[in-house]
Order: sequence, then C-alpha cells, then structure tokens
Amino acid sequence: MQAGEVFGFLGPNGAGKTTTMNVLLGFVPPTSGAAYLFGIDVRQPIARQRIGYLPELTYYYKFLTAEELLRFYAKIFGLPRAETDKRIDQLLKLVELEHARKRPIKSYSKGMQQRVGLAQALINNPDLLILDEPTSGLDPLGRMKVREIIQRLKNEGKTVFFSSHELGEVETVCDRVAIIHQGDLKAVGRVQEITGQHASLEKAFLDIIGFQTSTTP
Amino acid sequence: MRNIFAVAGIVIKELYRRKDFYVLFILTVLVCLIMASVNIFNDKHIVRYLKELCLLLIWVSSLVIAITTTARQIPAEREQRTLLPLLAKPLTRTQLIFGKFLGCWLACGLVLICFYIFFGALAASRDHAWPLLNYFQAAFLHWIALGVVVALALLGSLVFAAPSSNSTICFVIVATILTLGRYLDAVALAQPEPFRSLIYAVYYAVPHLEIPFEMRNLIVHDWPLIAWNFVALDALYLLAYAAAFLVAACLVFRRKPVN
Repeated sequence: MQAGEVFGFLGPNGAGKTTTMNVLLGFVPPTSGAAYLFGIDVRQPIARQRIGYLPELTYYYKFLTAEELLRFYAKIFGLPRAETDKRIDQLLKLVELEHARKRPIKSYSKGMQQRVGLAQALINNPDLLILDEPTSGLDPLGRMKVREIIQRLKNEGKTVFFSSHELGEVETVCDRVAIIHQGDLKAVGRVQEITGQHASLEKAFLDIIGFQTSTTP
Repeated sequence: MRNIFAVAGIVIKELYRRKDFYVLFILTVLVCLIMASVNIFNDKHIVRYLKELCLLLIWVSSLVIAITTTARQIPAEREQRTLLPLLAKPLTRTQLIFGKFLGCWLACGLVLICFYIFFGALAASRDHAWPLLNYFQAAFLHWIALGVVVALALLGSLVFAAPSSNSTICFVIVATILTLGRYLDAVALAQPEPFRSLIYAVYYAVPHLEIPFEMRNLIVHDWPLIAWNFVALDALYLLAYAAAFLVAACLVFRRKPVN
C-alpha cells in the first residue's frame, strides 16, 4: 500500500479478508511468515500505535457516552488532556455526532454507532486506517454518511485499507483494489485496470474469482 | 500502568451505572431496618443478632456483586465485539486482564465502603459505639478476600463459555470454602487412603477465606482487635492466591483467539 491512498480489499465470504486483517492487527498469528506494519512486527503492541481500526458490527460500551468512549481510547494511546479534548471535538464534528456527545451510546441508532466507531478509530490521528466492512448493516443514508467520511479522510491524505462487499462503493472511493479468493491474492491494481474490458467492477470481480455468470436467453 | 487504570476506570463506571449494586444495597438496608425496628423475645442483646444478620447480608451481597460483575467482563467484550477495537490499540492482553481485575476489585472496595458505613450507622444507633478499628480490620480482610474471588471469577470467565455457568461454579466453590473449608482436615483424618491424601491436598490447595469471613464475630461479639501482623500475614496469603489466579488467567487469555 502507498501512503495517502484508499485501498479496497475485496473477496467473497470466507475468502480471508477478515483473517488478513486479524493477522495485521496481531489478533491471530500467521500460519507462516510474518506481518509488519511500518516496519514493526504486528505481534508487538507498539505496532498498533499508528493505526486505527473499525471492526464490522461492533456495539460499543452502552453505558458510556461518545465523549467518554473517545476519552477512554485516547487514554490508552497516552494522549495529553488538551490534545484529547481537541481531538474529541474534531472527530465528533467529522462524524456528525456533536449533538449526541453527552448521550449514552445505548440510545444511538446503528448508523450513529458505526460513526462513533469511526471516531474511535481516528482518535490517535492514525497513519493507517483499517476498516472492516464499514457500511455493513447500514441503511442507504448511513452508508452515504460513512462513505462521505471516508472521502473526507482521503482528501485529508489518510491511508485507508478497507474491505467491503459493496463494489459500487469501492469503485467510488478506492484508488486501488486487491481481490482475494480462498486465501490467494488474485488481482491487485487500479480500479480501471481491474475492470479492464468488463462492463463493471462487479463483472470483473466475478470473472476473477471464477464465477460463471449465466447468459440471458 | 496507564492502560490498566484506563480499563479499570471503565469497569468502575459500569458498576455505578448499572442497577445491581443499588438493588442489593437497598434490599440489605430494608431487611436490616425492618429487623432493627422489632424487638424479638425482649432480648437485651438482640443487637448482636441484628449485626450478625447485617454482616451476613453484606457478605452475600458483596459476593454477588464481585462474581457477577467479574464473570461478565470478558464474555461481554467478546459478545459486543468491543474486544477487537480494544486490542487493536497498543494494549496487551495482560494489561487488559489486570485492568479488569483492578476495576472489579476497586469497585468491590467502593461497594464495601457503602455497606460498612451503613452497618456502622445501624450498629451505633443501638450500641452507641464506633469501634472503627474493628470495622476497618473486618472490611479490609473482606476486601482482600474479594480480591481472590474476583481473580477466580476472571479466570473462570476465560475457561467457561457462559457467564452464568462461571458465576454458578464460583458461587459453589466460594460457599463451600466459606462453610466447609476449615473442616476439610478433620474430614480427611476420618478417611482411608487414598481419599485422605486427596482431601488433604484439597485442604492445602484451596484459598482459605474463613478468617475474613469469621471477622464478623470480632464485631458481633465486641472481641478485641486481632494483631496487625496477623492481619497483614492473612492479607499476603490471600493476595498470593489472587496473584496465582491472575497469572493463570493471563496464560489462558494469551492462548485464546480474539475473534
């Protein structure tokens, strides 16, 4: 991955997208080889100092408010108080949750929870943002808002690595994509390169993973 | 240490925002106040029974809070998937376990302060005395004993899948230790081999929580203070067990898949 790009990680269910992310985050050890982030072995906690991670469908501590949740994560990163206050204000504005900052998370809608998740992933101003299906389970409005945030992060020069099943979304947001199938990297390149002579990224994706589409009579 | 305190802070916040403690505290207060309002059999020393009942309720309530709060910590993190963003931060699994332990233990300490203040006020309303050092000794050893219970429940939460089964097993173990633990050596003596050795092994292996539990008598019967070096020794003995359970919990958690 190159700095400042939005990189899409595609593959059918069970292809190994989440497992790859879990290895990168040090959650599971690789079956062979080693993984490094910014030159540091991912098994070292310090490797996670410069990354932000948004898992799929997470329900944050219901008894906390968004502000308290972000303060908790900021503490883990060892951010000073003044810096924490500044970051919380900026992030809640970015994810449009300023109005709900003092409300407990249990009162949030799914879309709001996903946006607070994005805010927690950004609390340390990470150099690399890893998003695991960030729009999964959201309604069209929620998807649009999350997509807008990713666009804004891209404009700010953040490096984003995200997996998604939404190929339209990937086409809109990503600079480059990789496609994996059954644990193997099948293709990597710019969206236009991957699409090639196919009508759309979806058709290219199905072709690359070897799915035979039925022709209309 | 910063990370451990951050995790502990969240656990304490959870405790005072949930209803468990308030329900148990109000129930204890209600039962004790109702008991205090009646004078059964015209007994002049009825206050002793009142104190004994109140202390027993405090022990039961504190065990319920300690075990149920601790048993749900890690399973809830897994179920709600908050474990993932948490461990994606520069936080080790060991720090998470120690943070959870510290949070639950400190929360139990705060609970005990509330309970013992109520107990002191109730006893003083009848006895017109404030044996503060006796209360301190009893509450201190009570809190240390809860440290062992919290560490045990934390280890159980990593071994057993469901918080309910972990809680039940912890309750059974703790209740058995409190009620039968001191008699195990006598039971062993009456058994043929190899049961004798087996029961002796259990007798010496289990953490004996009976001394903190029996500190109730110190208060109920107005006995003199226990020597402070004995209190310190018992605290060290119990803390060694808590540490052993915590080390075991860390080892188990290191091998557990996060996802």
